[in-house]
This record gives sequence, structure tokens and C-alpha cells, in this order.
Amino acid sequence: MSASTAPATTDQVSAPPPTELAAGDHRRTLLGTALQSVLAVVTALILGGLLIAITDEKVRHAAGYFFARPGDTLSAMWHAASGAYAAMFHGAVYNPDGATVADSLYPLTETLTVATPLILAGLGVALAFRAGLFNIGAQGQILIGATLAAWVGFSWHLPAGLHLLAVVAAGALGGAVWGGVVGLIKARTGAHEVILTIMLNYVALNLVAWLLSLPGFQREGSSNPVSPAVDGTAMFPKLLGDHFRLHWGFVVAVLATVAVAWLLERSTVGFELRAVGANPRAARTAGISVTRGFVVVMLLAGMLAGLAGTAQVAGTEHSLTSGIAASFGFDAITVALLGRSTPWGTFFAGILYGAFRAGGVTMQSMTGTNIDIVLVVQSLIVLFVALPPLITFATRRSQEVAA
Amino acid sequence: MSTATASQPSPRGPGAAGPVPGPAPDAELATSAANRAVGVRTYRPATGLGVLALVSFAVFALHASSRAVRFRFSGDGDVVRLPDAEVAAAPYAWAVTIVLVALAGYAAVRARKLPRWVVALAGFCFVTGFLVWIVGTAQTPSISVTALLAGSVALATPLVFGALGGLLCERSGVVNIAIEAQLLFGAFSAAIAATVSGSAWVGLLAAMAGSVLVSVLLAVFAIRYRVNQVIVGVVLNVLVSGLTGFLFATVLQPSAAAFNTPERLPHVRIPVLAEIPVVGPVLFDQSVIGYIMYAAVAVVWFALHRTRWGLRTRAVGEHPKAADTLGVSVNALRTRNVLLGGAVAGLGGAFYTLVSVSAFTRDMTAGSGYIALAALIFGRWNPVGALLASLLFGFASNLESILSFLGTPVPSQFLAMLPYVVTIMAVAGLVGRSRGPAASGEPYRKE
Repeated sequence: MSASTAPATTDQVSAPPPTELAAGDHRRTLLGTALQSVLAVVTALILGGLLIAITDEKVRHAAGYFFARPGDTLSAMWHAASGAYAAMFHGAVYNPDGATVADSLYPLTETLTVATPLILAGLGVALAFRAGLFNIGAQGQILIGATLAAWVGFSWHLPAGLHLLAVVAAGALGGAVWGGVVGLIKARTGAHEVILTIMLNYVALNLVAWLLSLPGFQREGSSNPVSPAVDGTAMFPKLLGDHFRLHWGFVVAVLATVAVAWLLERSTVGFELRAVGANPRAARTAGISVTRGFVVVMLLAGMLAGLAGTAQVAGTEHSLTSGIAASFGFDAITVALLGRSTPWGTFFAGILYGAFRAGGVTMQSMTGTNIDIVLVVQSLIVLFVALPPLITFATRRSQEVAA
Repeated sequence: MSTATASQPSPRGPGAAGPVPGPAPDAELATSAANRAVGVRTYRPATGLGVLALVSFAVFALHASSRAVRFRFSGDGDVVRLPDAEVAAAPYAWAVTIVLVALAGYAAVRARKLPRWVVALAGFCFVTGFLVWIVGTAQTPSISVTALLAGSVALATPLVFGALGGLLCERSGVVNIAIEAQLLFGAFSAAIAATVSGSAWVGLLAAMAGSVLVSVLLAVFAIRYRVNQVIVGVVLNVLVSGLTGFLFATVLQPSAAAFNTPERLPHVRIPVLAEIPVVGPVLFDQSVIGYIMYAAVAVVWFALHRTRWGLRTRAVGEHPKAADTLGVSVNALRTRNVLLGGAVAGLGGAFYTLVSVSAFTRDMTAGSGYIALAALIFGRWNPVGALLASLLFGFASNLESILSFLGTPVPSQFLAMLPYVVTIMAVAGLVGRSRGPAASGEPYRKE
């Protein structure tokens, strides 16, 4: 396939690699990049805080007599925003009201639990980015991976250890198939992967909804679309004891990060993928099969997203629902972008977004601030990361510091 | 370049989304222009028709119900009444299969691009065959054609606007993944503005303005700062979903009376025309937005193909450098088109809160933006094509709800999947070839 179809792919692979968010400015230093990410996070948090403040009940009340006592409005605004963010911090990092050290650190483990699927799916998106492909389909890949993992989990009955391995393999396989299909269609027909992945997300969603209405898949006696619970042997063991939800899936995420880093930086396959992403024509001239690269990278990306689905099924949810992927597949895109498509960048971005999510739940219950603010902050961060004026500012700053 | 070789795809049902074996059209792609001029032999149409014939045989004919299917054309209150049509499911399915096989044979002998009447006939046979088959499987095999079509048009309305908005962006070279965001923000702004002002017309304007706001962000990031267009689109979708969700929960929900009880747009029934059987209730008994939709499709088509602006837009979308050389300001034109596209998509957003439901709810567009994107692609980046594709998708989702009401054993999820599977087949080149503007997605930098 590679030899015969490769020469004609010129016009669909000539897009610039998406790893470079903004064109130009190659003088960006490492310090500048880090500073810029921090700036983006801070700016997004400030804007989010403003949004919380101006929609707050007390603030609106105080604004009614703004010209008489402007201080009231400002202090109400401060209280609304800082209260929400403090609650978020309590839910995501450290709870000062905890009775024991374990209680106080519970939020941190929650953050890592939520971060696990984000990191895994984010790695899948990042890997595809590096090969010049937009993998918008992590959502569908998670769903199919989770479905296969859940099926193996509740219908096969294997000894402990072996069962979990089978579940993980099934999840990875499911995601890999759903991703690989995209690579294959793109390689053979030149169809754009953005369209294919978006469409396959919805196909997956409907497929899972249909499966969950079948007698073999739906939990007996339940009228809701939910599968039977997976066997105990199919679950990831808890990492820090039963008190915490954190499970061995997180270790899988760490290992996956190491593996992707090795793959990209040290392996031949990774080199070829990066070459395809950086300049497909040059890669082809150098004898690398671009079309095979598409298939390989989408298989791997799907596999990683499938592992994210496995982490959901075998780690936290223990049964399949059509909402099992939540919005992890879309968040994974923002995670990969914030992590600049590097494995460890994605890892830490995943933890940051995990913290937002875990903290958001606490914030909503403590201060009543709607959790959707998290989506706003997350997307603003990515926009600011990509915003060139901010890049220029950060670069200049870091150059001044360096000088 | 080698000529395309034909390999026969394995038979598969319409629900299969697997990889499609077939000739590598990459090779064909490069020579497609030459193909059209010289008329190189191709077996692709024959294969496509063969698949349709096979589905018709395996599904419609072999699994046909033994009952007759009743299609109702008139309601009780109609002035002009048409008799109901009764079709025996099994013979009809066999007839359709035979016609499709004959067409596939014709295509195989001819081995060229097919004339339009063949495509139209095949499409008609397959769709009606499908309809007869699926209604036949229902518990009550009787369906009102008028209700089916009228509902399809209503469901298609936001899709048409979304697809047209996307089309204006994409034909000038800006990929618009943010149609979903534009629809959602349009719906949101329309609800608030119509409630606060007490006028649905103000809501309509606000929907356009709100959607343009999303376009402004898209234009600033994608054109001015050359951030990758797909990324901006995806992020804007998340941003608008989060923003409207947050504001809905904190502002709209607690004080719904003040912000979220919009006036509805009037429903206009055109006298006389609306009395025409079937056509009347479907086309001439509509919300105001429905009539705007007809106008919008016509205007966009005319403007794109018959005006100077349209020529420039297409030039910028296909070859920006050439257009620039001839004095067209590429990025200015792209910016204008993106903003204009936002305004058009906003009208589709208004449909949600001013016509179909009378209040905004969280994520109420539910992925319609992505279906609109699919319609745009399936309609081959052409206004009329986008209209027809939207109608087809609206038809599919309306059929889904009607059939679940009639009680059919075919799972509704497969009907819901239809637009997406059809789009995958379209971009993969199985159902015609769907190719976007050449420079779509590439930021332009003047040298």
C-alpha cells in the first residue's frame, strides 16, 4: 500500500505541522515557553474570576448602590471570586479542614484520579499532533475502548491479574481500532482526519447507546442504559488503600508518558512520525512512508485513548454508561495543546486540568459556583497559550531575564 | 500517473463504518481533472450502485414485511384531498432492487461518470425503498408524508444556516469547526435579547450579533494571528459551551422570567399556496426563519457564482496567492466572509430559542453544528448541495422520532448514525467525491 499510494498524497499532507501553535518566532526559549504558559493560566483565571464576580448575587446587589459605596461592590466581587477559587483549591490540592493528614491530602489524590484519563487521552492527541494529524476523535476512541474493556470485564471470568491484563488489552485494542480506521481511510482515500474523527465520535456514541440497550449488555433488571458491573478481578487495585479512589491506572498513565517520550525521542518509528509531521514531502523524499505513518500514529493515538477509557471502566466507574467518556476526549485536545504536544508537558497539563475538574466539583458544592466555569477557564488558557501578543511579551521578558 | 484500477469492495451494510477497500483515489485525485476532460474509464460509480443494489436486495427485499405500507398525503382538514397510497412492501422492494441492479449494470458497461438522471433515479429508488422497508417493519405501517416532510424541513433549518455560515468561511479558505459555537451562542443571545426587549425581532438580530462575536474571535485568532484554524474552532466550541452553560446556571435559570422567556417568532401561512397538497404544508406554512432560509440559500448561491465578490471568494479559497497577485486583499476578504458566515449561522441559532423551543437550555444545540459541518461537506461546499444534505439529515432524524413512535424493530441509534456514516463515505470518496477548497485551513501570509 505504502509504495503505490505514497506519491499522490502531496496535496493533502502539505498542511503545516500543528505542533507549532503560532507561526513565526522560533527564538522562543524554554523559559519563555514556561513563562507564557503560566501567564496564560493566570490571565485565564483572572478572567474566570471576573466572570464569577459579576454574576454573583451579592455583587449584583451591591452594584445597585455602586456610586454611593463602590467599595462594597469591589469587596463583594473579591469575596465571590476568591471564595470560589479557594473552594477549588480545597477540592483539588489540600483541604485544611481535614481531620488527618490523609484527609487533608485526599483532594490531591482526587486530582490525580481525574487526571489519569486526561493524561492518557491527551497523549493520544499529542502524538497525532506530532505526526501532523488532528485527532479530534479521542472521545469516540475512549468510548469504544471503554466498551470493549467493560465487556471483557463483566462477561469474561478470568483469574485475578490475568483478567485485568485482558481488560487493559481489550481497552487498548478498542481504541486502536477506532483510531486506526481513521488512519487507514486517510491513507487510502485522502479524506481529512478532522471530519472522519468528528463523525466517528458520533457513530461511537450511538453504537454504545445501542449496545447498552441489548440484553447481553444492559444490566439485568435495570431500565437505564448501564452495563453490569465489571468483576472485582477486572478492576485496577487502589493505589493508596481503599480510603482513596486513586488506582493503578495512574501508574499506567505515568508509564504511558514514559513510553510515548521514548517512542518520540528515541525510536525509529517516533523519528519517522515526527518527520512526517514536520515536513511530509521531505519525509517521503527520505524514503519514509507517509501513509503508513498515518495508520501507525492513529493506531497508537487510539490505543492511548482506549487506555483512558479502560481507566474509567476499570478504575473509577466500574461499569459502562454512554456518559463514561464525559468530555475527556475534548478536554484531551486542550490538554495536549497546553502541553505543547510533548509527553511530559501533556502529563502536567493533564494534572492541571484534573485539578480544575476535581476542584470544580468541590467549588460547586461549597460556593454554588457553576462548574461550567472550569470549561471557560480551560479554553481561555489554550487561547492565551496560542495568542502571539502574549508570546511576544513572554519571550521579551525571558530574554531580559537571560540577558 | 496510473489510471485508477478497480477493486470490488466487499458487500457491507449501510451501518458499517469500517475501512473501505477500493482503488486508491489519491492517484485518481491528481488526475481527476484530466479524467473529466478525456473521460477515462472508471468503475467507481458502478461499484457504488452495486453496493446500493446489494443493500436493497439483502435488506429491503429479503427482509421485507408481507404487509402493505400506507402513505397518507392529506390530513382531515385539507381543502384539496389526495387519496392515500398503498404500497405492497415486498414487490416494491424487488422492483427497486431490479432497477438498481440494472443501473449498476449500465454504469459498469458505460464505465464513466454517470449522467445526472441515473444518480437521481438511483437515489430516489434507494430512499423510497428504504422508507417502504422501514415503515413496513413498524407495528403500524402507515405514515403521513406531509408530517414526515414538514418535520424534516423544520429540523433541517438550523443545519442549513449552520452549513451556509460554514460555507462562507470555507469557500474563502477558513475552516470553521466553530459552527456549533455559533449556533449555541446565537440561540443564547436570541433568548436573552428577545426576553429583555420583549420583541422576537430584536432577538433575531441579537442572534446574528452573538454569532458574529464568535466569528470575531475566530477571525482574530485564525486570520490575524494565524493560529491553527481547527484548534481555534475546537476551543471556541468548548468556550461557548462553558460560557453559556455557566451563565445559564447562574443568571438565566434563577431569573428566567427576566432573561429566558423569549417571545416567539410569528408563524406565517401563505394563503392559497399553503393549500397545495403535501407541498403547501411543507414549504408554505413556516416560521419566518424558514422563509429566510429559502432566501439565504438562493442569495448565497447567486452571490457565490454570479458576482464579483463570489469570484474573489472562491479565488481566495482555492489559490490565495494568485488572488493576491491580482489585487484582492486576501485576509480582509476572509475576515469579512467569516463575520458574514457568523451572521448567517446566528439565524440558525435563533431557530432554537425563537421557533422550536421557547427557552434556552444548556448545550441545547446538541452537536447540530457538527451535523451542519457534515452537511456542508456532503453537499460539496455548494449552497444547494448543503441545503439538500441538510434536508436529508433532517429527514433522517425526523424519521427516527416518527418511527420510534410507530414502533419499529430497527434501533433508533442506527438512524441517528446515518448522517455521520454517510459523511464518512462521502469524504472517503464512496458516494461521489467531496473535495474542499484547496486553500481551506491554510493561513495566508503576504510576502
